[in-house]
Amino acid sequence: MPSEKMLMNGSQTVGEAAVRAGCRYYFGYPITPQNELPEYLSARMLDVGGTFIQGESEVASINMVLGASVAGGRAMTSSSSPGVSLKQEGISYMAGMELPAVIINMMRGGPGLGNIAPSAADYFQATRGGGHGDYRTPVLAPAGGQELVDLTFVAFDLADKYRNPVMLLGDGLMGQVMEPVVFPDFIDLADLPKKDWILDGCKGREPRAIYSMLLGQQGELYKHNLHLQEKYDRMTAEELRWETKEAEDAEVVVVAYGTAARIAESAAEELKAEGIRAGLFRPITLWPFPLPALRALSKKVPKIAVFELSMGQMVEDVILSVGERAEIYFHGLPGGIIPTPAQVAGFIRSAVKGDGIVGRRIDV
Amino acid sequence: MSEQIEYTKIFGRPESLKETPTHYCPGCGHSVAHRLVAECLDELGLREKTIGVPPVGCAVLAYNYFNFDMVEAPHGRALAVATGIKRVHPDKFVLTYQGDGDLAAIGTAETIHAANRGERISTIFINNAIYGMTGGQMAPTTLLGQNATTAPGGRDPRLHGRPIDISRMLAVSDGVVFVERCALTSFKEIRKAKKAIKKAFQCQLDDLGFSLVELLSPCPTNWKLTPKASWDWVNNVMVKTYPLGVIKDITGYEDKK
Amino acid sequence: MAKNTKKGKIVIDRERCKGCHLCIDVCPNNRIEVDASLNKKGYSPARFKETVNEGDKGCTGCAQCATVCPDVAIEVYRAK
Repeated sequence: MPSEKMLMNGSQTVGEAAVRAGCRYYFGYPITPQNELPEYLSARMLDVGGTFIQGESEVASINMVLGASVAGGRAMTSSSSPGVSLKQEGISYMAGMELPAVIINMMRGGPGLGNIAPSAADYFQATRGGGHGDYRTPVLAPAGGQELVDLTFVAFDLADKYRNPVMLLGDGLMGQVMEPVVFPDFIDLADLPKKDWILDGCKGREPRAIYSMLLGQQGELYKHNLHLQEKYDRMTAEELRWETKEAEDAEVVVVAYGTAARIAESAAEELKAEGIRAGLFRPITLWPFPLPALRALSKKVPKIAVFELSMGQMVEDVILSVGERAEIYFHGLPGGIIPTPAQVAGFIRSAVKGDGIVGRRIDV
Repeated sequence: MSEQIEYTKIFGRPESLKETPTHYCPGCGHSVAHRLVAECLDELGLREKTIGVPPVGCAVLAYNYFNFDMVEAPHGRALAVATGIKRVHPDKFVLTYQGDGDLAAIGTAETIHAANRGERISTIFINNAIYGMTGGQMAPTTLLGQNATTAPGGRDPRLHGRPIDISRMLAVSDGVVFVERCALTSFKEIRKAKKAIKKAFQCQLDDLGFSLVELLSPCPTNWKLTPKASWDWVNNVMVKTYPLGVIKDITGYEDKK
Repeated sequence: MAKNTKKGKIVIDRERCKGCHLCIDVCPNNRIEVDASLNKKGYSPARFKETVNEGDKGCTGCAQCATVCPDVAIEVYRAK
């Protein structure tokens, strides 16, 4: 059977997609709103002869991923915002050691313990570190549904291709919502490219050592960072993903990702009745951010309206992309508040009118 | 009359140890421990199947000395990393080699839970009662009254708590099948330590459970003692807080002489 | 008698030696001494006393020195 259509919640969808994408090692810790993912995999992994460990913490889990990855496996962990904070050390190490991994963050309200509602305030954490050192993490932002499947496959491929951790950024809403999705067939693990750097015992070859500490006095760490940057430059050139809808001759283009983008899309639809031409620019890779495409678009449209489920994090990348080429408006809702399309339409209308009733103009 | 005597070499560098001279201080216990681990791996024919995880500590560069696959782990996380490796390669031999900070301070949770899960991993625990790499700060195993840069005037139970006996704590867990504490501070003890290490490795080979050998190890530099005086300090003082011997053994192995 | 005093011999790599002198302490037959001249790393390495004086015991190849040597600087040989 080449593909299967199923109805399951977003967290389970990611789990099933991961297994079909060749993931055989999952290590995670319970945290709302993604518990269905480890729960699903605790059984599903055994079906496919994989390994599931509920680690003692998110810290332990990311380090188990590190170990499974260096041993050559496709490994994944998942968590939500505070747990992802705990994983930053491991992510930095894996970037420095050039190890593939997939990390799922189903975001919730923060900072601190926050709440379990679907916020999207981890954009900075995901795209600007949040661990230490000069590294980047490709971040994929599905808008729920089928993209949860497709981008999970992409995540594993990108991780292996570049030997880097990759993050899939969802939120509590898309994790909980049940939608019909189509799963591709299982990848044959034998079809995956061979990894000639893994640790599997030095029989027939020289022993390998994998590490990120480079203390040498000959600029070893300097050179290593240049090498890492070369990978990030390639990602920036070749891995940009975004989607536009009716943006070319819009009078305002809404920039949003994930759940916020789906609401904004509905809002734009509603505004057609008022004769407002609202387009949509939806980044799918949050890092690397599709800056060139947004820059080009901002030369053609007068207004950009950024809508986020946060106090404003992606808006900074929009400012970098747009500059003074168009007027930039921003509206954000922190703390897991999910607005209706009508409420978002109110922001878009305000941006068009420039009346500052909902949201505000960004002074660039 | 001079005779031509023929000699056979009976002691040399094990294959699991590279030729590279170590950066360890004169009289450091790490060097001896490395050699014992290497000898055991050689004798059990494990070198080509071994994947090791060194600590963050003086032995962070152990991959320059051990002649088998190794991967660095963040400080304290070696047993979580080793767990991931062992789950991918259950047929390979996985060991961690950790100091007192790595295993019993920052890594306490990872240590306890890997042990408690009964992971088929062997751990070498180097206890030198101090933080060596960072210059002599208090370790969880620093003795009462012992000087450390973060316990000036000596470790005080009210200010700094008491030294931790992680090996005895681990022994409580059903996942742990063998724990022994040895010292690296006399010829006799070094020989015992090697036997203990080999036994621990055998536990993994026989799929019994988690095994750990704690090695009381001299740190002349941070104890500010000569190598010989360091030996004396371990043999006369340290063993009072950390007595030598088998702490847990449910392997069922008979001790061979 | 030459035969009894040459049951064993050791070879010390003086550049590997870090001058901890633990071998000197453990040798039961006093066959190792300090070499006052420094090696390249600035240590006073241990040196094997090849010549066995009248009344002294020779090296037996017991390997206690090599066993305690932290730097694998000593190889031990036994007469066949």
